[in-house]
Amino acid sequence: MTDTRSQATDVEQFDAQAVNAAWARKPLYEARKKIFPKRASGQFRRFKWLVMLVTLGIYYLTPWLRWDRGPYAPDQAVLVDLANRRFYFFFIEIWPQEFFFVAGLLVMAGFGLFLVTSAVGRAWCGYTCPQTVWVDLFLVVERAIEGERNQRMKLDKAPWSVDKLAKRVSKHAIWLLIAVATGGAWIFYFADAPTLLVNAVTGQAEPVAYITVAVLTATTYVFGGLMREQVCTYMCPWPRIQAAMLDENSLAVTYNDWRGEPRSRHAKRAKAEGKTVGDCVDCNACVVVCPMGIDIRDGQQLECITCALCIDACDGVMDKLGKPRGLISYATLNEYSENMKLATAGGTTPINPDLIRDKDGSFIDQVRHFDWRIVFRFRTMLYFGIWALVGLALIFALLSRDRLQVNVLHDRNPLHVTLSDGSIRNGYTVKLLNMIPEPRVIFLSIEGLPGATMSITGIDQPDGRSFAIPVDPDRLRTIKVYVKQPPDEVLPGKTQFHLVAEDKASTEMDVYNATFDAPEEK
Amino acid sequence: MSDREIDEISGTETTGHEWDGIKELNTPMPRWWVWTFYATVVWGIGYMIAYPSIPLINDATKGLLGYSSRASVAEEMAAAEAVQSQYVDRIAQMPVEEISSHPDLLQFAIAGGSAAYKVNCVQCHGSGAQGAPGYPNLNDDSWLWGGDINSIYQTIAHGVRFETDDDTRFSEMPAFADLLEPEEIRQVAAYVVSLTGEPSDPLLVAPGAEIYAEQCAVCHGEDGTGDIEFGAPNLADAIWFYGETEDEIAGQIANPKHGVMPGWVDRLGEPVIKQLAVFVHSLGGGQ
Repeated sequence: MTDTRSQATDVEQFDAQAVNAAWARKPLYEARKKIFPKRASGQFRRFKWLVMLVTLGIYYLTPWLRWDRGPYAPDQAVLVDLANRRFYFFFIEIWPQEFFFVAGLLVMAGFGLFLVTSAVGRAWCGYTCPQTVWVDLFLVVERAIEGERNQRMKLDKAPWSVDKLAKRVSKHAIWLLIAVATGGAWIFYFADAPTLLVNAVTGQAEPVAYITVAVLTATTYVFGGLMREQVCTYMCPWPRIQAAMLDENSLAVTYNDWRGEPRSRHAKRAKAEGKTVGDCVDCNACVVVCPMGIDIRDGQQLECITCALCIDACDGVMDKLGKPRGLISYATLNEYSENMKLATAGGTTPINPDLIRDKDGSFIDQVRHFDWRIVFRFRTMLYFGIWALVGLALIFALLSRDRLQVNVLHDRNPLHVTLSDGSIRNGYTVKLLNMIPEPRVIFLSIEGLPGATMSITGIDQPDGRSFAIPVDPDRLRTIKVYVKQPPDEVLPGKTQFHLVAEDKASTEMDVYNATFDAPEEK
Repeated sequence: MSDREIDEISGTETTGHEWDGIKELNTPMPRWWVWTFYATVVWGIGYMIAYPSIPLINDATKGLLGYSSRASVAEEMAAAEAVQSQYVDRIAQMPVEEISSHPDLLQFAIAGGSAAYKVNCVQCHGSGAQGAPGYPNLNDDSWLWGGDINSIYQTIAHGVRFETDDDTRFSEMPAFADLLEPEEIRQVAAYVVSLTGEPSDPLLVAPGAEIYAEQCAVCHGEDGTGDIEFGAPNLADAIWFYGETEDEIAGQIANPKHGVMPGWVDRLGEPVIKQLAVFVHSLGGGQ
């Protein structure tokens, strides 16, 4: 046999290969590259410390706040009392049927997120998201034990030794402690915190408490300590949704390459050679501080949580070099594009920072800087409007809600009963809701239905048109009410009347439009 | 097989099967899968030994743990009964009229009575206790044998005209077809209709009143209001047991129907009868 390929033919040979050729295949699973963020310092870092302090403070301390509600209700300021189906928030108490308040707050949270994102970008991700806050906290621990970035990288590569083992064990032990405290704090929202703490420590709490602590300990430790940026990049849906929230006027952490490029590590020498050089000295300070391990100079990326630490890092470098801050800054796409046009002479040349500078080195007047008025635009106003509308509706609902309610269920089997004197009787199951933590006497009376009287099972009182019914604090009382109408007053078919529940002390009142059924014909 | 064929590209053994030049690789199962599979086999064997598993002709193997679903149901029922017993025991020990003065027992008795009613009573008295012709409506305030809680208890426990129970309520209205002329029966019927204030022929009412006083007043009373001693219905109220027209009344005078209700105490036991009595009493007509 002869090798046909070796023979010279007229057929053209292409230099090509299959994209999935076996020898060129790469594993589908990309191994994680470890990230060792360096500590940044600057105004954003200070702000983030503050946010961390406030958010963690709120989370850990809230269950311990007390709020006096009198002898008939718990004194915990914020309490989700699942066993009794009550939710307490300072002066507000919510019954299960009022859960729409929580739904409303969630709608507000949603629109609030839209509003914040469309105005200042992923501020939620960068500053207040629990994932960000706890990762920050875990990094503090890691730095305290294993040292700064270089030491951590060295330690990571070093072979196992007693020192490495000691550092690793103590780091993970503290992480686990934080994780236990995080899971532990959560359960205090669901029961009286001081009692539960004693019970939990002495092993007397409900199994669900321990299970909850265990699950949240695991998630905190795994997400905050082990997975970190992978949660944001791979698990969280928000980076995907945000694309719809951001527009050209939203603030985003931006590398201003219109003044930074061409970057040069040897700016002086390059300048001396007559080359144009930008402000970026390619020191990679922005890369080493990034908790997501990305380079902001590559432009907008899904991974960027806009924590602004690269701004701090770069500003520090600019200060040292005596250049104006803001090579990396919060900027809108519009500003950036305008400035880019200036620096490239309308896109005709590569970036030339000289085009945006005066002779003395300061920026020319045409360079656009952030104008806070851009925050007020149709989109943000619309989000704010909806957000405020929902908020106002909730406040209105809160102020106008009833703390005394009456629910009535008409007996359907039988619809009506003929009594021996020919009277017609209807039965009703009446539920009186005393929604305040004080005992009350609620007056239930008939309005309309001439001649009708009622009797109530369990209330020892002669038939009448009004009954005084004591109801326990913060409780619902179910009573069986029989209403009867004498034969000479009965109208055939259905007759409307009112069952009125009234607290004569507070003049609160609730009216139920009831129906009285009688036979169609005598 | 001796001639193992190795695929050149992947280095994996093939199955040796070929379809149109395409050969299937015999890629081994992942280890974790295989070990999981073995583990389930081991688990399955253990399960077969521990639990009832292998069907025999009339039965199945019992298993070492002695589990059975019937026993598990019985356990659950026993647990439920244990929870209820704190109420049932107290109800068993107190007279039926005292139950209503304990709110927790009252609530339990009404719920328990309602459940027992739905199983044992709805067939005759209806799902809403509204009754039917010949079967009394338990919602109203008209009671043949008394509407106080003790009378209701007695009626439910021992029944009406229930021959096997010596304590049963008993009465029998004579068949007046044997004692009166048809014309006289019509006169009495007209008079009975007039007792409720309904219009009827005055020519019949006058002689009817005389016959009534003579024959009927002993049980049904001078004014026709009945007597619960004999289970004699009130004839002067708006409620009729076997129909309210003059013809139906005349028919009942001539050849009265007598309903029978079983006594339930032997079957349901005293605590349940007490709960039933409380439930019926709570339907609105209890006295």
